[in-house]
Amino acid sequence: MTTTVEGQTTRGMRAGLLAVLARVWLVPIAVAAWELGTRQAGSTYFPPPSQILARMYELWFSGPAAHLFLTDGALGDFLPSLARLFGGWALACVLGIGLGVALGRSRKLSGYIDPLVEFGRAIPPPTLIPLFIILFKMGTQMQVATIVYGVIWPILINTIDGARHVDRVHADTAQAFGLGRAQRLFRIILPAAGPKIFAGVRLSLSLAVILMVVSELVGSTNGIGYQLMFTQQNFDLSGMWGAIVLLGVLGFVLNASFLVVERRVLSWHRRARQTT
Amino acid sequence: MLDVVNLSHTYGEGPNAHQALGGIDLKVAEGEMVCVVGPSGCGKSTLLRSIAGLIRPTEGQIRIRETTVADTPGDLAVVFQDYSRSLFPWMSVGDNVALPLRRRGKDRTARRAAAAEALEEVGLAAASSKFPWELSGGMQQRVAIARALAYRPSLLLMDEPFGSVDAQTREDLEDLVLKVREHHRMTVLLITHDIDESVYVGDRVVVLTRSPARVAGELSVDLPFPRDQIATRELPAFVHLRAEVGRLVRAKKESPPVQV
Amino acid sequence: MIDRRVVVRGAAGAAVLLIAAELAGRSGLIDPVLLPPMSTVLAGAAGLLADPEFLTDLWGTVIVWATGLLTAIVIAVPLGVLLGTLPRAELAARPLVEFMRPIPSVALLPLVTLLIPYDHGVKITVIVYAAVWPVLINTMYGLRDVDPVAKETLRSFGFGRLAVLARVSVPSAAPFVLTGVRLAAATGLIVAISAELVAGGTDGIGAFMIRAGSGYRTDLILAATLWAGILGLLANMLLVRVQRWAFRWHTERTGA
Repeated sequence: MTTTVEGQTTRGMRAGLLAVLARVWLVPIAVAAWELGTRQAGSTYFPPPSQILARMYELWFSGPAAHLFLTDGALGDFLPSLARLFGGWALACVLGIGLGVALGRSRKLSGYIDPLVEFGRAIPPPTLIPLFIILFKMGTQMQVATIVYGVIWPILINTIDGARHVDRVHADTAQAFGLGRAQRLFRIILPAAGPKIFAGVRLSLSLAVILMVVSELVGSTNGIGYQLMFTQQNFDLSGMWGAIVLLGVLGFVLNASFLVVERRVLSWHRRARQTT
Repeated sequence: MLDVVNLSHTYGEGPNAHQALGGIDLKVAEGEMVCVVGPSGCGKSTLLRSIAGLIRPTEGQIRIRETTVADTPGDLAVVFQDYSRSLFPWMSVGDNVALPLRRRGKDRTARRAAAAEALEEVGLAAASSKFPWELSGGMQQRVAIARALAYRPSLLLMDEPFGSVDAQTREDLEDLVLKVREHHRMTVLLITHDIDESVYVGDRVVVLTRSPARVAGELSVDLPFPRDQIATRELPAFVHLRAEVGRLVRAKKESPPVQV
Repeated sequence: MIDRRVVVRGAAGAAVLLIAAELAGRSGLIDPVLLPPMSTVLAGAAGLLADPEFLTDLWGTVIVWATGLLTAIVIAVPLGVLLGTLPRAELAARPLVEFMRPIPSVALLPLVTLLIPYDHGVKITVIVYAAVWPVLINTMYGLRDVDPVAKETLRSFGFGRLAVLARVSVPSAAPFVLTGVRLAAATGLIVAISAELVAGGTDGIGAFMIRAGSGYRTDLILAATLWAGILGLLANMLLVRVQRWAFRWHTERTGA
């Protein structure tokens, strides 16, 4: 008995291992090809990944343990970037969801505002950077304004859509039992629109990374985008590639952690759909 | 208790207008269980939605315990046909039942206790922490009934409450409603298209005509309590009443009422 | 059928905003140098259409945007079809895609500027990098979503794999591809203007704005912003039209 169970577990583990291998086998090959190719070519513009990693370590991750091994340079660039990113994104979430619920629940209001929303979201957000530079001067205010303006649209549009299409029986039930405004908002409308809102918020997060970089490339004295510009101007190509890799990792980690949160918060939605 | 006077409702305007209700008068006494029967699409739901304050009727008046129902719903609970859409999928069964109790000004523990008691009454004490979609259709409708019970409404409205479940579950739910109504002496207005059901559960059956709906007639049901799915249904009185209701529903199909 | 009330309300909303902005500028609530009155902006926007310099800039943006988008389609659609039909290849490529996709394409600007001396080439490259992903992902997704019954029907008539691909898989994935293209078009315009703002260059709406900004001509900046918005609106409208027209069967079937 026990032997067969053990046999099954090892077989199960082997199957799991194979499945993981089938997913990731190309990654080491790609990295190795990149390393070999760049070494062979010996181009200054394309440093080998080992060199990029070494430079990243040297620039950002060789700090004291008390600072989580981050160097002063890393703290000086990462923290402002992340603060702008999350600050702008959070502000856009609050504004977008608030306004979106109002517009989604009131036909009258949305009649007045919809065309403005349509036009507003058609304007490519970076176009407003020159205006924001004049209005807010260079610096954090301008960058946050750019991020807020740029990422609010997917949140707003999805919230309007979600809040507008709350199931009629849900709405009727809430009304028949005489739930108050606040309860209808927090217990019925927001959860019902939740899946749509989350989709918009996730889209806006990756957009926020792009706009953070653009706004830092154009007008900033610190941040990862500024670091990118600075390394290029000093012809520190390994450092520049390092900043690119860092941004890739940042985007990946943000998206992955957001998915984890989404799965937890919306587990009812996923599981309810599986059962019906 | 409930007093509906000359209730009319018309959807839309101009040439596309559709009159759903054509002047309905209806009274429900305290503690009474009234079934409203009518052919499909005759405006039964419009009647219920008007009483629940979900739509504002074009004409007429609705009073519950002498208070006029306007925009704000009266002191009532509704059980809808579509349980899967009426229960909120993002809340546990217990939270679904407890939610309306916030309006009763109860604190958290009191709400929980009331919800548990109501769930116990419909035989779902163990399901409190589950999600509605983890339960079968019949169980979900039990949850909806428990939610209405916990709320202790002065009037319970039921809109085809057993329309989406299988025959066996339907009988169980009918008996459940009879039992809790007996226990709480509740006033119930139940809407259905099923003639047998209306006679089986009702104290009185009101038959509506095809749209625009009017009252075609009404019958008192003097069947003994407790009712039993087999014994009651084979009583001559039951068979007779069923035939009477059937005749009223049918009669109006052939000769529509004269326009007033 | 559009409800007349909707049109009236929409116009009223826009009018209120314009008048409020106008009053704010005129009354001195906002410094008119920073935010000029709307009438000045609108007049400026109209004037720009007759300004050959601005037209060259507008055309410059349109040309890099369109070239970038087309190149991205040419790369991403075949690649998406390939990965979409070979599940093993897709599985293996997924981690690479998942890592490369979140790299903001504008972050490549400093590198690409060093590599490509030609101004339009730089912009097109970053636009391609940004526009490839939505098209690729949607193509892959569309191919995976093909109704197996339709495929098996054709197979049962003795058609080969390639014929099934050409006659069933690609046509039924096409609506998804076009959705990807629409997303890519919007992203492409954002990246085009970002690139112009960051890298400057000889022409483009972004370059125009930098010049206007250095002269503190907020009216011209706003006027150009207006045109950029109209450009985005037009492009989206065009693609929605194309999508509706080309895939009537799809919207009818899904009732979307």
